[in-house]
Parts: sequence; structure tokens; C-alpha cells
Amino acid sequence: MEGVLGILERLDRRWVFLAMALAVAGPILVMGITRKTLPETPTDASRAVFQVVQSLPRGSTVLLSFDFDPGSAGELEPMGVSMARQCALRGHKMVFISLWPLGGQMIDQTIKKVLRADFPHLQDGVDYVNLGFQTGNEQVMRVVLTDFKRAFPTTKAGRATADLPILSGIERVGDFALLAQVSAGYPGSKEWVQYVVSASGGKLPMVSGCTGVQTPQLYPYFPGQLRGLLGAIKGAAEYESLINAWVSDPANAAEMASAGADGGVSAVIPPKYLEAQRRMGPQLGAHLLMVVLILLGNVVYLAQRRSQRRAAA
Amino acid sequence: MSKEPRSPAILVWAMIVLAVAAVVGLRIGLGDGMARAYAERVEMRVTVQDVASPSGERVVEWVEWKSVSPAEFSRAVRESPSQDRVQLNPANTVGLWVAALLTLAIFSFLYRDNPAYRLAEAIIIGVSAAYWGVIGVWDSIVPKLFGALAHGWTTAHILPNLPAPTTQSQIGMGIALALGILLLLRLVPAVGGISVWTMAFIVGITAGAKIISHVESDLLAQTVATMQPLVQPADGGFWTGATLWASLPSVLVVVGVLCCLTYFFFSVEHKGVVGSAARIGIMYLMITFGAAFGFTVMGRVALLSQRVEFLLDDWLWLIDPLERRIVDGVSMIVGTGGVW
Repeated sequence: MEGVLGILERLDRRWVFLAMALAVAGPILVMGITRKTLPETPTDASRAVFQVVQSLPRGSTVLLSFDFDPGSAGELEPMGVSMARQCALRGHKMVFISLWPLGGQMIDQTIKKVLRADFPHLQDGVDYVNLGFQTGNEQVMRVVLTDFKRAFPTTKAGRATADLPILSGIERVGDFALLAQVSAGYPGSKEWVQYVVSASGGKLPMVSGCTGVQTPQLYPYFPGQLRGLLGAIKGAAEYESLINAWVSDPANAAEMASAGADGGVSAVIPPKYLEAQRRMGPQLGAHLLMVVLILLGNVVYLAQRRSQRRAAA
Repeated sequence: MSKEPRSPAILVWAMIVLAVAAVVGLRIGLGDGMARAYAERVEMRVTVQDVASPSGERVVEWVEWKSVSPAEFSRAVRESPSQDRVQLNPANTVGLWVAALLTLAIFSFLYRDNPAYRLAEAIIIGVSAAYWGVIGVWDSIVPKLFGALAHGWTTAHILPNLPAPTTQSQIGMGIALALGILLLLRLVPAVGGISVWTMAFIVGITAGAKIISHVESDLLAQTVATMQPLVQPADGGFWTGATLWASLPSVLVVVGVLCCLTYFFFSVEHKGVVGSAARIGIMYLMITFGAAFGFTVMGRVALLSQRVEFLLDDWLWLIDPLERRIVDGVSMIVGTGGVW
């Protein structure tokens, strides 16, 4: 036993890194080859995001703020994809903006992946629009409270927003039916709650998807200031599974057809809509390893303390 | 001088590096290879208004290259071996290799600091700084400052669709320009002190804006959210398990808030009832820190798994979760006999 404890005490940390690499790569390989995903049980916070988008009247105009960049796309891109997909399935109009410099490109990717691929009948400028990045952080939020088009005078492609069909009837941010936001840090969900949701007196419903680091800071806002919250990749996987379950349900066939979704109701979900659920496999492997390491660390600590007490006695 | 004995761990790590090199070598040789990007040529054609043209309009044509999957390239070649509509994209292929090698260079820091890691780090810092510089010029200075103070020139030469500025925004941008110049005077030691005015303006505006929003959304709204009925009656009666279960969150929130506040109240010695409440407060804080740690781990693992996915899928072509490399039901991982 002393031998094993001795090895653990002197274990080079690089073996832990190697074990973590294997714990992550193993499930990715297995799930990549078998194309299987783990089952998800949605929490109330994730279910609320789904319900809020579902409960809006068809054709509502939703503001989607993608405040993230490729550095956090692993966690957040599946949330953005799912939000755009559910809005399209429900026939909502989508106005995309970003307060992060690379957010405009993340929006372009989502539009290409979801809207152009599976909802080709939707028209740019009429059913959706990418207004791109706007510099100014909280100042942009303060401006959109009173004059949305002043904060975003042109689209990402350079077209003036003044006479854009999708923005007819939108004067200020409070005119949107919902603010759906994906947040990687500053400026993000916290600032949107502080500067926009609070200032609107709770009239503008907001749902958010955020990184794991931000999630504990945002939970106090749910379900009051935030109507729904997707916490980290787990929240993304839950939300994805809710939409996939809805899409697979034959009872929703008529609504799917009216939304013009290519493929219609199908038990076979396209792999691009299983990204977050696939990423729960490596999460399982990594977390099991973490639990084992924490237990081993405590065993070594207790054994050390015991031997020190014996030596002192 | 005595020579240090060679650690057996170095040999093991050398074997791991060799194993990775062997996998890359095998993947290049087996199946349909690895790490290539393809693009499809799309002919674009639009008619635009042109006052100089006798017909009043002019046709503009150009070519765009759209990224396509390796399977689409393979299918196009099978249909017509001489086609040139879908081609290998050399720039994106090089980009794929650079991205993979930089990812491995960053991961190499886990073994120890080395020149490859430092090169990758320097590239990230350089690219980020340059990108922020470009963003600053094209998203702030040009549309906002030039667009307000030199609107005619900006629309004529850079942004034709930029809306005309209001007098209010022109005055605002004039003040911003003056404050910006004052801030830059920091670089001139003789008059550098005047930059304090701009700093004072920034600090004052930021503090004023943040205080109001924090009080409104974090202090008042969160206090209101805490003041909720402790008993939440559920269906089936007052003294039922359902009511107790529904009331539990409210009770836990109120107890947690009071106990945590007690822990941070140092005017009374933490003994007796106060001490017990403070200890419960510590437990709440520990659970909060544990949850924060757990979420942070989840976030970091998600980022790691995305990079590993990139290496195994886009670079090595070992997995194909998005089914981008399947031709007639056969995976390119094992080889479709296609041309590449």
C-alpha cells in the first residue's frame, strides 16, 4: 500500500494531463464512429428557454445577440444554432446582432448552417438579417433602448437599416418580442440584464445561453429577470434534445410543414443538430476522471496526515 | 561533472510523440488521406444601375468560392472526371494544417515550455492586437467619427449607405474627438497632465451609468426576488409533502441569504446562534464555490473536446460525425477509391 501511495505522492502532473486527454478523446472517437449520443433530462432552466420561444405568436420578431467568438464556440455555438433553428421552426423573424468583434462571423456561420441549408425559403432582410458587430458595449445597449436603428444604421453587408422590411415597426429594443442572447463574458448576459431588461421594467422577456464560468453568476436572475437560462454545454445539450424531441414528434408535422422546414418530421436528426449532445460524452469521461482524481488526492492527503501524526507520537 | 540519469518518463513521452507522428503518417497513406479542404466555383451575376451607361444599367460578374465537403468533391469527380467546378482549396488546406499544428504547439506546453508554444503564443497575441486595431479603425473611427464629422467624404469613398448624422451626433463626436486628443497628449510630457480631464470624464460616466444599473438590477430586483412567501401551497392541501417540497427552495434561499450575511457581519463575535448561522453561511459559500468550480471544469472540458474533435475530424479524418466524407455509403476514412 505504501508503494502505491508513494507513487501517487510523486506522480508527475503530466500523467494527469495524458489521462485527461484520453478521457476526452476516447468518448469523442467512440461517439464519432458510432454516432450515438447520451440521453438528456432537461432542467427547468433549459425547458423554460424552449417554452418561451414556443409560446411567442408565430411571426414574432426576435432579437438574437451572439456575444461570443471562436474561443468559446465549443460551448456556445450549439446554443446559437438551436436558438436560430427553433425560431425558424416557429416562423419567427430573426434580427441578429453582436457586441463582440467576431460575433458577426459566428452569426454568418449559423445562418449558413441552419437558415440557408434547412429553411432556404427565408429571405435575407425580410425573415432574418445579420446586423453584425457594433462597438460600444453598454453604450450600444443604452442607445437601443431608445433608438434601435441609430445603434445599427447598416447591416453587416452594408445595407441601410432604415427601410429594411424586417425592422418595420421596430423603433427600440422593447419592440422585440424576445431577446435571446448567447454570452461568453463581457459584454454579455449580465450587462443585457442590467442595462436593458431592468430599464424596460421587465417588459422585454430575455433568455440567455452562457459559458460554464458565467452560469453561477446568472442563476440568481432566473426566473425573474431571465425567463430561461442555458448553462454551459449541458444546457446546450438539454435545449438541443428538447428541439429534437419536438421535431421528431408526428403531432408537430403540420407546424413543421408550414414553417417550410426541409425534411419535415423525422426520427433521424441531422448530425449538425446533435453537436452539444455529442460533446456530453467527453464531459462524462472527463468528470469521471476528475472524481477519481479528487478521491485519490484525498486518500493521499489523509494517509500523509496519518503518517505525520504517527511520526509526531 | 556527473551526468544526470535520464528519466524513464522522457522515453515514454518520446514514444507518445512518435505514436502521434505514426498516426499522421498512416492517415496520409491509408484510405482517402486526411486534412484537405475543397471549394466550389460559383459564378455571380447582378445588374446594377449605372448612369454612365446608355441603358442606365450595367451587368457585374464575379466568381465566388464556396467551401464544400470532401464528399461533394468526390461525387463531382465521379460524375465528370475532367470537371473544374469543385477543386482542392490550397489556401484553406494550408489553413487547416496551420490550425492543427498551432493547436498541437499550444498543447505542447503541458509537457514543458518550448519554442513551438512560444511561437504559437506570439502569433495569437500579434493576430489579436492587429485584429483589434483593424476593428477600432473600421467599426469605430471610420463610421462613427468620420461618418459624423466628414459624412460626404465617408459616403463618397468608404461607406455609401451610411445614414446622414444628426446635429446632436456631430456635436457629440466633436467632443469625443477633443477628449481623445487630450488623452493622447499624455504622450507629450510637457502638457500630459491635461489628459486627466478625459480620464475623469471616462471614470465619471462609467461610474454613473454602472451605479444606477447595478442598484436597479442587482440590489433592488434581487432583494425583491428574495422576499417571497416561505410557504408555497401546492395542490392537495396545506400540510402535504407536495407543499413542503414546493416551499423548500424559498426556505433555502431565505436561510442562505441571512446566514451568508451573518458570516460577513464582523461587529458581533461569531459565537452561539450567530456562530451557528455563520457556519451555515460558510457551507452555502462552499457549495457556491463548488458549483462555480464544477461549471468552470465543464466549460474548459467543452473547449478541450472541441479542439480534440477538430484534430480527429477535420485534420486526421479519423471520425466523421457530420457525415461530410461519405460517398455512396462508403466512408473516406477507409477509402472510397476516389481521386484526390
